[in-house]
Amino acid sequence: MNPDPSSTPVSPRVPLISTRHLTVHYDQRMALEDVSIDIFGGETLSVLGPNGAGKSTLLKVIAGMLTPSHGTATIAGAPLKGAHRRITYVPQRSGADWTFPISVQEAVLLGINRITPRWRPFNRTEKQRALAALEEVGMQHLAKVQIGALSGGQQQRVFLARALLQCGDVLLLDEPFTGVDVPTQEMFVRLFDELRSRGTAIVYATHDLAQAQQTSDRVLLVNRRIVAAGTTKDVMTREHLQATFGGQIVVLTEPAATPTPDPVVVLDRDAAADREVIAR
Amino acid sequence: MIDWLLDPWQLTFMQHAFLAIILVGVICGVTGVFVTLRGLAFLGDALTHAIFPGVVIAFISGGNFLLGALVAAVIVSFGIGAVSQSGRISNDTAIGVLFVGAFALGIAMLSTQRSYTRDLNSFLLGSILGVSQEDLILMAIVGAVVLGIVFWFRRELTTVSFDRTFAKASGLNLWFYDQLFLLILAFAIVISLQTVGNILVLAMLVTPAATARMLTDRMAPMMAYSALIGAGSGIIGLYLSYYQGIPSGAGVVLVSTALFLLAFLFAPRAGVITSRIRGLIHRQHPERDLLYARD
Repeated sequence: MNPDPSSTPVSPRVPLISTRHLTVHYDQRMALEDVSIDIFGGETLSVLGPNGAGKSTLLKVIAGMLTPSHGTATIAGAPLKGAHRRITYVPQRSGADWTFPISVQEAVLLGINRITPRWRPFNRTEKQRALAALEEVGMQHLAKVQIGALSGGQQQRVFLARALLQCGDVLLLDEPFTGVDVPTQEMFVRLFDELRSRGTAIVYATHDLAQAQQTSDRVLLVNRRIVAAGTTKDVMTREHLQATFGGQIVVLTEPAATPTPDPVVVLDRDAAADREVIAR
Repeated sequence: MIDWLLDPWQLTFMQHAFLAIILVGVICGVTGVFVTLRGLAFLGDALTHAIFPGVVIAFISGGNFLLGALVAAVIVSFGIGAVSQSGRISNDTAIGVLFVGAFALGIAMLSTQRSYTRDLNSFLLGSILGVSQEDLILMAIVGAVVLGIVFWFRRELTTVSFDRTFAKASGLNLWFYDQLFLLILAFAIVISLQTVGNILVLAMLVTPAATARMLTDRMAPMMAYSALIGAGSGIIGLYLSYYQGIPSGAGVVLVSTALFLLAFLFAPRAGVITSRIRGLIHRQHPERDLLYARD
């Protein structure tokens, strides 16, 4: 599904996002410790780890929503403050009020809220752009529907359409594949590939090993600290996964009937039952 | 019939009363949309209580009632912002503790006055017949400020109410917009105090907006409906009060509550009874109305 990572443009490149020794405390609890990574334009990076590993925290720091206790994060060498327009963050669906009286198209238009003059309503061009973004996620026929009438996967698509309208250089997504059906997942992956080819850096948090393996160029395994980072092939070793998921991991070998070599099934016990992750 | 309608308008104080209740209906209707969508009815109630001491101080010292309430409202809305910072007790609790306390303080202060019972009565239930021209002008100015702020910051206020995480990620200062909202809420409450009284202000904020929500799935129409319903129930309630001799606040609130019940049952799409009927029709003619099958 993904092109071989080596076929994507490789260095010498300047990283789009750089973090150095990021540490984040929530009160006494340390959520993230000494995280230094470089993220490049045109790559998909998945941040993989169990619940409470600091995945969301890392995304929020990069999105400029959270100030780290120590360390720095920069975009193209500049501080993150004021870079909101370059960085698009797609939150988890659960954060929004889905009973809100707003149509799908209006929700997408929120993406260009801050660059539209406040004295006038959205004009025809802007509305067309919103429709075009909805078309990209296969939702244009539902543009006028109230947002609460959508299914979970459709809601996630609306969020993605809003992100497309925002047109940032960096797209951060918090658990985009959670509670989303397979066609929607495939559509997301297609869109990611397209955005990537335009030079967008895509970073998403997940605890789905298979998803990370199939859809990202590089994987960042985190459990408060970085356990490993690199191409999926290099990183997804049993030791690394054990170190990431710790005691929560159960490694099983599937029956020999399966053609895939050395398959592992990982149960993330901490997650809800529906979030069982399976990796091959 | 026409006489019946025009009769109250011959009296100056009734003219003032009508204008005042229309202003209050529109402004509370618009502000109330955000109150209901964000589930902040309790905050609105608390704010009303908290403003009370300011009103009493203005009354005792012979100052302008509205100005006293406005000053109190500004102080209180920033106070709420500060109290909300505490991580250990929930916002609801903090607000409940402090602002009922403030209300008690207001009552204690008022009780030092000789005309205590009558005054308390007019504060709690409003005295719409006492609205002066000066009051009306001040109400109109405050109302224009509130509507202006809502218009100017409509997108930010909507974003902050709909999806706070997204709002924060797109660089909106949540604290600022929460404070701004508290301020316009306080202003709306202040101009309503005299017309419907302390106890019933909440109904002006919540009921028309809730009724409007039953009628539409969009923000802008919801505001328009809410303002219309607020003003409409104000006018009808005032007639009710004039001819039946009940307190004006009670009349207005009863009318808006009745309108809510009507909408709740019979709103074209979302009404409890209408949607049931639509469900029946849908079962017999599934090709109709597909889009709203999930309602």
